[in-house]
Amino acid sequence: MWKWLHPYAKPERAYQLCNTLLPWFALPAVVCLVVGTIWGLAYAPQDYQQGDSFRIIYIHVPSAMLSMSTYVAMAIAALVGMVWQWRTAYMAMIAMAPVGAVMTFIALLTGAAWGKPMWGAWWVWDARLTSELILLFLYFGVIALYTAFEDKQQAGKAAGVMALVGVVNIPIIHYSVEWWNTLHQGSTITKFDKPSIATEMLWPLLLNIFGFALFIALVTTMRLKNEIIRREMHRPWVQMLVKQKETNDAV
Amino acid sequence: MGGVFKRDLALAFRQKAELVQPLMFLLMVVTLFPLGVGPGPDTLQLIGPGVIWIAAILSSLMGMERLFRDDFADGSLEQLQLSGLPLYAVATMKVLCHWLVTFIPLLILSPLLAMFLNLTVDMYIALVITLLLGTPLLSLVGAIAVGLTVGLQRGGVLLALLLIPVFIPLLIFATSAVDAAALQLPYRAQIAIIGAMLLIAMALAPAAIAYSLKVSQN
Repeated sequence: MWKWLHPYAKPERAYQLCNTLLPWFALPAVVCLVVGTIWGLAYAPQDYQQGDSFRIIYIHVPSAMLSMSTYVAMAIAALVGMVWQWRTAYMAMIAMAPVGAVMTFIALLTGAAWGKPMWGAWWVWDARLTSELILLFLYFGVIALYTAFEDKQQAGKAAGVMALVGVVNIPIIHYSVEWWNTLHQGSTITKFDKPSIATEMLWPLLLNIFGFALFIALVTTMRLKNEIIRREMHRPWVQMLVKQKETNDAV
Repeated sequence: MGGVFKRDLALAFRQKAELVQPLMFLLMVVTLFPLGVGPGPDTLQLIGPGVIWIAAILSSLMGMERLFRDDFADGSLEQLQLSGLPLYAVATMKVLCHWLVTFIPLLILSPLLAMFLNLTVDMYIALVITLLLGTPLLSLVGAIAVGLTVGLQRGGVLLALLLIPVFIPLLIFATSAVDAAALQLPYRAQIAIIGAMLLIAMALAPAAIAYSLKVSQN
C-alpha cells in the first residue's frame, strides 16, 4: 500500500522530489503572505476592544499554531525514519528543527509585544506562554543533541528519539487552556460552527496561516536539499550535479 | 535477570560516595533557599513544595549519568546485550535499581526537608505521594536521555538540557497537588495525572531505553 513511497527513501530521488516541489511551495507562499499580511495589517476592521493592537494576531497566531505542528511533523518524520530505516526521514526531521524553533521564537516575541498593551506586562507565567517556552526548550534539546554527535547518522537517530519523547508535551500545550484557567484568551477560530472572530478579520488570518505553512515547507525543503548534498558529498550523483552546474555556469 | 539486578545493587553499594553526593547536593540546594529568599515561615511554606521538587529533579540529574556510564565504558553493557536477555528487560532492571538507590534515600530524607521548609502534615503526606509516583517517572524518562548521551564525551550538561523541559509537567502537577493539600482541597486529580504519566512511561520507556542504547552502541 505504501510501496510508492519507498523510492523516496533514496537520497537522490528525495533530492529530485525537493526540486519539483520547491516552486509549488515558493510562489503560493509569497502570494499568501503578501496578500494576508497587507490585508490584515491595513484593511481588516479594527477590533472594538483592542483597537489596532489586535493586528499582531496575523503574525502571532500562525507562528504559534505552526510551531506546534512543525514539532509534530518532526516527530512523525522521526517515527518514519525509525520504522522504515530511512536516512532521508532523519534528514527531513533535522531540516525542520531550526525552522520550528524560529517559529516558536516569533510566537513568543509577538506574544510579548501583544501582551504589553493588553495585559500590561511583557510576560506572565500563564500556561500557554509557559508551554510555548517549553516547546522552544524542546527544540533546543533536539538541535543540541544532534550537534553533539560526530556521526550524523547516529545523531539523527538520537535526536529522533528525543523528538518523540518531547511530543508527549504537545497535548499538554494544547489542552493547557482548559486545564488551567488563566489570562490567555481562548482560541477564536477553531470553533468551526460559529467562529467568534468576524469574517473580515478571519480571512486574512487564514491566508497567513496557510502562507506560514507553505513558507515553513519551503525553507524545510531548501534545508533538506542542503542536508542531502552535504551528506552525499562523495556520491557520484552529487558530483555529476556539481559538474553540470559548473558547465551551466561556464556557458 | 535477577542477576543483573543484584549485580547493579552490589555495585551501587560499593560506590557509596556516588550515592551520597547527590543527596548532599539536594540538602544544600534546599538550604540555599531560606538563605536566599529569607527565613520567614510563611514564605518557606509557600515555596517549600516547589523547592523540594526542583532540588529532587536537579540532584537526580547529577546522579543520572551513573545509570549506564560505567557499564558502557567497560563493555559490560555490550556483553549484556549479547547475553540473549532482552535489552528492555535489562534496562528496566537497571532503572529499578537506580530508583531504589537514588530515591529511597531521598524519601527517607524528606521529613527533614519538610521540617526545614515548614510544611504542614497534610502537605507532607501529599509530597510523599507525589514523590512516590513521580520519582520513578524521573528514572524511567531520564534513562532514555542517558542512553542517548552515554557515548558522548561531555554528556552532563546536555543531559540536563534534554531532560529539564520534559520534567516540567511533572513538576507542575506535583507542586500543585501539594499546594492543594495546603489549602485542604482534594488533590486526587493531580495524583491521578501523575499516575497516568507514570503508567505511560512504564509502558513505553523500556523499549525507548533499549533503542537509545542500541543507537549509542551503533
